[in-house]
Amino acid sequence: MFRFTLRRVLVAIPTLILVSMIVFLLQKILPGDPVLTLAGEERDAVVLDYLREKYHLNDPLPVQYGAWGLQVLKGDLGKSLRTEVPVTALIAQKLPVTLQLAAMSMFFALVVGVPMGIVAAVRKGTAVEAGANVVALSGMSIPNFWLGILLIMVVSVQWKLLPASGYVSPFEDFWLSIRTMLMPSLVLSTAIAAYLMRHTRSAMLEALSADYVRTARAKGVPPHRVVLRHALRNALMPIVTLVTLLFGELLAGAVLTEQIFTIPGFGKLVVDAVFTRDYAVVQGVVLCVAVGFIGLNLLADVLYVWVNPRLRHG
Amino acid sequence: MSAVSMTAAVLPPRNRHRAWMKFKRNRVAVLGLAIVLVFALLALLAPLVANHDPLQTSFTTIRKPPSATFWLGTDELGRDIFSRMVYGARASLMAGLVSVFIALVAGVPLGLIAGYFGGWIDSIISRATEALLSIPFLILAIALAAFLGPSLTNAMIAIGVSAAPKFVRLTRGQALSAKKEDYVQSARALGASDLRIIARHVFPNVMPPLIVQATITIATAIIAEASLSFLGLGLQPPSPSWGSMLNTAKNFMSQAPWMSIFPGSAIFLVVLGFNLLGDGLRDALDPRQDK
Repeated sequence: MFRFTLRRVLVAIPTLILVSMIVFLLQKILPGDPVLTLAGEERDAVVLDYLREKYHLNDPLPVQYGAWGLQVLKGDLGKSLRTEVPVTALIAQKLPVTLQLAAMSMFFALVVGVPMGIVAAVRKGTAVEAGANVVALSGMSIPNFWLGILLIMVVSVQWKLLPASGYVSPFEDFWLSIRTMLMPSLVLSTAIAAYLMRHTRSAMLEALSADYVRTARAKGVPPHRVVLRHALRNALMPIVTLVTLLFGELLAGAVLTEQIFTIPGFGKLVVDAVFTRDYAVVQGVVLCVAVGFIGLNLLADVLYVWVNPRLRHG
Repeated sequence: MSAVSMTAAVLPPRNRHRAWMKFKRNRVAVLGLAIVLVFALLALLAPLVANHDPLQTSFTTIRKPPSATFWLGTDELGRDIFSRMVYGARASLMAGLVSVFIALVAGVPLGLIAGYFGGWIDSIISRATEALLSIPFLILAIALAAFLGPSLTNAMIAIGVSAAPKFVRLTRGQALSAKKEDYVQSARALGASDLRIIARHVFPNVMPPLIVQATITIATAIIAEASLSFLGLGLQPPSPSWGSMLNTAKNFMSQAPWMSIFPGSAIFLVVLGFNLLGDGLRDALDPRQDK
């Protein structure tokens, strides 16, 4: 198990290096001279040359990349071009907000998606299955930001039940924090719930047609026990890895959800940075998300092998 | 050209017929096709369907609820929402089709090369694909659109490039398994060139799953375009796009709810249409399900 994990970590390294190159090049392909942005009103050639020298912009690209890469490895993602705040500090401040949003969304998605998938598989070929499929496809098709607007219109504006926007830390006021995050996390969970439902359904269909399920039925195990104990436990294995991978999707989906509900998280950070042309922040956030995503992929692979001991000696 | 007729063009006649028969029996899939066709017609015939000028502002008709004159109401500048939505269908459908076309043109050749030739070229292409896939689709699209500058063309490029890695991976896998088939081996034994083998023998076998993936990616791309426009990174005002209509609508949620309800429903419906169609095509084209 340790050797498998180690090998998997080593394989991830070239991917990480490539991602860092892509992120680095993103900044290089942008039109315009970054020095002119940095210099503001200043157009004195001496000042511009000084800035170019200071930020190593005269060096060849590979040298620039090397210098930037070393900095990143030391945990320095540079400073926001506008506020001079270190990018790492910004990320550390915004990430917990988005993680809370993602965690609550995943909770809702699991609570809705997995049981729906089980029922759809058990009731295969009936109207229940067809209905569950249509609900799932609708969940995948509904634009996040529109659902957010509709919910705010009805729940906050009409019924005045839940706050329409903002963020409260769970350490300040736990219940208020949950209440504020309730709508955003429901909105964010729709697509993920749909994926989970579809995958649970197909995994359950496969498990239900397996020999051990037929054996269990033949020896007289009650139907609900066959479904929950025999089939579900085997069907859940691929779901575990899927959940890890979908967490990355939640981070991306948070971009729009946070915009609608004005939640000061990761997604809002990147969108605001895009509009203020704060490329250092955009670069830092994209790199951070990609590294997180690669980490989650790695975790998914390791988990998959861990729950399937048979694969360990493959 | 619809995905169904595209499918028809690549499959041999008997399979084509069987796939079409299977597709026709799937009522939900036919519904999806119908939704897509209705929106495509609206987009094509926009000047005939729209009963107002989509750009015409008017101080006397600001934020009017739906009525006989303004079927779906008016927006904050007094423009007719129905007419703007009809023209917005052009932007959305074009964004979906063009960005998937970009993704196909960029992704499929790379996937074919990687899967067919293997070796170091495959390693390079596969690693780069993995790296791009590790950046979430929407975040990559937003970052690219931001770096390229806001416009519909740049949004389509950004979405297309972000979607391309998926097609590389799919095509590579399909090409890899087709390469091992007897008919490819015998073509090679007969002395066919690599280019000929790829074009005549490998590519046709990659097509069915590509068509399914492309249809579903059109749905994703339409949502992505609406998202970018919603953030102000897509089609620029005053040209109408469903995403940007929602962006202004969110400021008038309580005064003019119709401003958000209709454009959002349009996105939802057309995306649902493409998803249903994609699901139906998958069932119809999957040979494993044939008994």
